[in-house]
Amino acid sequence: MTTALFECRNLTKFFPIRSLLRETGRVHAVEDVNLIIPEGGTVGLVGESGCGKTTLARTILLLIDPTSGQVIFRGEDMASRSKRDLRQFRRETAIVFQDPYSSLDPRMLIADVVGEPLVIHKVAFGEDRDNLVLSLLKRVGLEADHMYRYPHEFSGGQRQRLAIARALAADPKFILLDEATSALDVSVQAKILNMLNGLKADLRLTYMFISHDLSVVRHLSDHIGVMYLGRMVEYGTREQVFDTPTHPYTRGLLAAAPSLDPNDRDRPREVVLQGEVPSAVEPPSGCRFHPRCPGRKPECDRVRPELIDIGDGHLVACLPE
Amino acid sequence: MRIPGSMLFSSRYRLRQKRLHPITKEWGLTFYVLRHSMLAVVGGLIALAFLLIALFGSMLAPYDPISANIQDRFQPPSASHPLGTDTMGRDVMSRMLAGAQHSIKAGLIVLAIAVPLGVLLGGIAGLFGGWIDEVIMRVTDMFLAFPSLVLAMAFSAALGPSLFNAMIALSVVWWPMYARLVRGQALAVRETSYVEAARSRGASNWHIMFKHILPNCLSPILVTLTLDMGWVITAAASLSFLGFGAQPPIPEWGRMVSDGRIYMLRAWWMSVFPGLGIVLVVLGFNLLGDGIRDSLDPKLRRLTEVTWKREKTSSSSTD
Amino acid sequence: MEARENLLVVDRLKTQFFTYGGVVEALDEVSFEIERGEIFGLVGESGCGKSVTATSILGLVAKPGKIVSGRVLLDGENLVGKSEQEMNRVRGSRIAMIFQDPTSSLNPLFRIGYQVAEPYIYHQRRAKRQALKDATGILAKTGLPDAVEKSRNYPHELSGGMRQRAMIAMSLTCEPDLLIADEPTTNLDVTIGRQILDLVKDLQREFGASVLWITHDMAVVAQMCDRVGVMYAGTIVEKTDVRTLFRNAKHPYTERLLRAIPSAVKSADKLEEIPGSVPQLIHPPTGCRFHPRCDHVMEICSRVKPLEQEVEPGHTVACHLFGREREGT
Repeated sequence: MTTALFECRNLTKFFPIRSLLRETGRVHAVEDVNLIIPEGGTVGLVGESGCGKTTLARTILLLIDPTSGQVIFRGEDMASRSKRDLRQFRRETAIVFQDPYSSLDPRMLIADVVGEPLVIHKVAFGEDRDNLVLSLLKRVGLEADHMYRYPHEFSGGQRQRLAIARALAADPKFILLDEATSALDVSVQAKILNMLNGLKADLRLTYMFISHDLSVVRHLSDHIGVMYLGRMVEYGTREQVFDTPTHPYTRGLLAAAPSLDPNDRDRPREVVLQGEVPSAVEPPSGCRFHPRCPGRKPECDRVRPELIDIGDGHLVACLPE
Repeated sequence: MRIPGSMLFSSRYRLRQKRLHPITKEWGLTFYVLRHSMLAVVGGLIALAFLLIALFGSMLAPYDPISANIQDRFQPPSASHPLGTDTMGRDVMSRMLAGAQHSIKAGLIVLAIAVPLGVLLGGIAGLFGGWIDEVIMRVTDMFLAFPSLVLAMAFSAALGPSLFNAMIALSVVWWPMYARLVRGQALAVRETSYVEAARSRGASNWHIMFKHILPNCLSPILVTLTLDMGWVITAAASLSFLGFGAQPPIPEWGRMVSDGRIYMLRAWWMSVFPGLGIVLVVLGFNLLGDGIRDSLDPKLRRLTEVTWKREKTSSSSTD
Repeated sequence: MEARENLLVVDRLKTQFFTYGGVVEALDEVSFEIERGEIFGLVGESGCGKSVTATSILGLVAKPGKIVSGRVLLDGENLVGKSEQEMNRVRGSRIAMIFQDPTSSLNPLFRIGYQVAEPYIYHQRRAKRQALKDATGILAKTGLPDAVEKSRNYPHELSGGMRQRAMIAMSLTCEPDLLIADEPTTNLDVTIGRQILDLVKDLQREFGASVLWITHDMAVVAQMCDRVGVMYAGTIVEKTDVRTLFRNAKHPYTERLLRAIPSAVKSADKLEEIPGSVPQLIHPPTGCRFHPRCDHVMEICSRVKPLEQEVEPGHTVACHLFGREREGT
């Protein structure tokens, strides 16, 4: 029975929209999300724009303060953390961003970019630090003579490797990968994904992988959460979500993603999602998905569906038949 | 196991070399771009000439810049007095040579006070944001709203007219520009992914400030500094012109322009030459500043790097 | 498959960029044909030259680039070398283009109704009021809800999907023979992107236009295109119909590329990796541009550029593994 590294309870975040100091509206970015990230696992978060996955991830990492709800790390409620706890937390967690061209300080040498966490946590100094950085670079498939160069001399794929090397500095336990391969070509992405899988096994890491690309999420994750307009609508293992998608939105999402089999174009699609994602400022009442839902029932605009376990930990937020 | 000290030294030395190499390469590229801009070279030469005159002017002056020589007064430019003599018979050229140091001193002192002050305040405002930012920026606005020369005049009037007091006064009105500049940069850098990455690993505000914000501000600060040199010299000369800066007999160029004003029709050379001198110096620093701005521009550097590398390899292959 | 006549023939197109640092050989004798009424896909990774192909066809290659040699035949007429005035009559009316980012392709200062009406006014000389009415009509055809109301909106008031519909409407106004679509769904959400894909397919069938669909996404190719050309480093390495491509790809690059894609259906342990990286096109590899990364590389591959060989009817591959080598540069 693996322990939970992270646990979110009723996590909610909204951003107030102010006009002349008065609050005129709210962006309901994340609403009442419960999530467990097991140690050693990879949790994938999927959803389209406005679903709140980015906000959720940053709230979990305490880069944004939640409006309500709890973030629990290793059994400890981070709201009541001490400064020392936070420092340890920051050492054990790291992020890799989407855009490799803006995530490295252009004015710093690679050795300093990758070694920055070592500086922050005073792990090593001078030559020792540079030696540690060298071993990190080798781990991500780069060379010693990359150490004392500037970021602009590297390609997108190499920069992403550097960002990953930086994330690995100071021995983290958890890495948040925020669309980390979305800006890369297919062949480059393949190498990075393989590398991430290898690193996770070698270093016993825990990942959270956010992406809009369903096939990448499927490849990397063992558990997947589907979000829509700030709420978690479905959660389960990779097989549960991809082989037996239950929530109408999940089914629509999977049907919308083009398949690699040309023969599928002749088959009629079972779900075709129409319409746009509504605004997060005035979300639909009741179930957020009801305006677009092909299986809408009369009470769906009044009652908010809770996440129900439909078997083996497969959770779906939809009113039962 | 005891490692002989010499081995430790050499490995640390090698590390320092490895780290220094890319930095010197970047500076090399900067100088290469500068060298190849005609205007930057001209500006640089003017600035350099001015600096040398400021350092050695007093020694180079053929005549005494201070003591009077009444019988030679109002001599037009000639072989013995290339720029003429003034109302007291003093050689204008010698006065200019001796007076350059005052202008440069003014420039350096004002910037030495204004730049660190402005950078610090701007950095704090940009990094922390919120009410700290508001307070500092409103103070900055306040100082910016004052007409600088008027404020400087008020200072001088209160403290007594002298070049030194004029420099204090100018420092007071000069820092806001740097505060604004650095605050803008700080705001931009604060929002970047690499700062977010550093924060996510626990970087303190000081770490962000000194490792990310300030290094990314160096380029604009350097450019503004260079351009400013000329303007501070003009401002100091203006104050002296108005009587609030250098007092006679100090041969400060602005003062000289003022002294020669009433004699314009009779002895134009008294005002015109120092005036032209000021114009030339400002022009020089402006051109140099523009050149430095171009040489630090990433796109231009990327383009020039190719030709620079090609030239280096072809010259080394001919050895 | 009955042979249809060719609407567009690109014949050994060579486009180069004369930059400060050297000559970038962006397109190296690219050749393909698009039949009437078909959707032809041009697929490849970044830097392979697919967007340059589109701009070359339209004569819009940005300086310092220019078309060095080759022909682009639209209904038999060569577009290369035409004057700017002549090309302006082709663009928007006979060939239309939709772009990846509708935000930067729509003018923020004008209402979208007016922008969609512009081609009517410019190419067909319709009166303004009539043009605006027709624009609303075609906007409604693209599935834009409340088209009459929305046509009075400015681009920033609409969502990404709606802007893309506006772009599509604008491109279809003069019923072009050829629509060039340069990654129009890449920046959109999955469900919205799918709506756009379905829309383009329906409209294409209705108007009978041909489509040149440019993308890096093989799955989009699988669902949209009739025939496909795979590009690598400025050359077309394989060309065939879509089912054959996925079932029986022959070029080493295509094979490995297909195996590098994490599929939403299968769950492979390790993805296929192609060693090395995409080459710089300032000094491209000699001979076959893929040879440094190919595991079937032979001696001839670094010397001689492979010509396209037909390995089965309708399926060509540019690789020395197939067919006889011919001497050339």
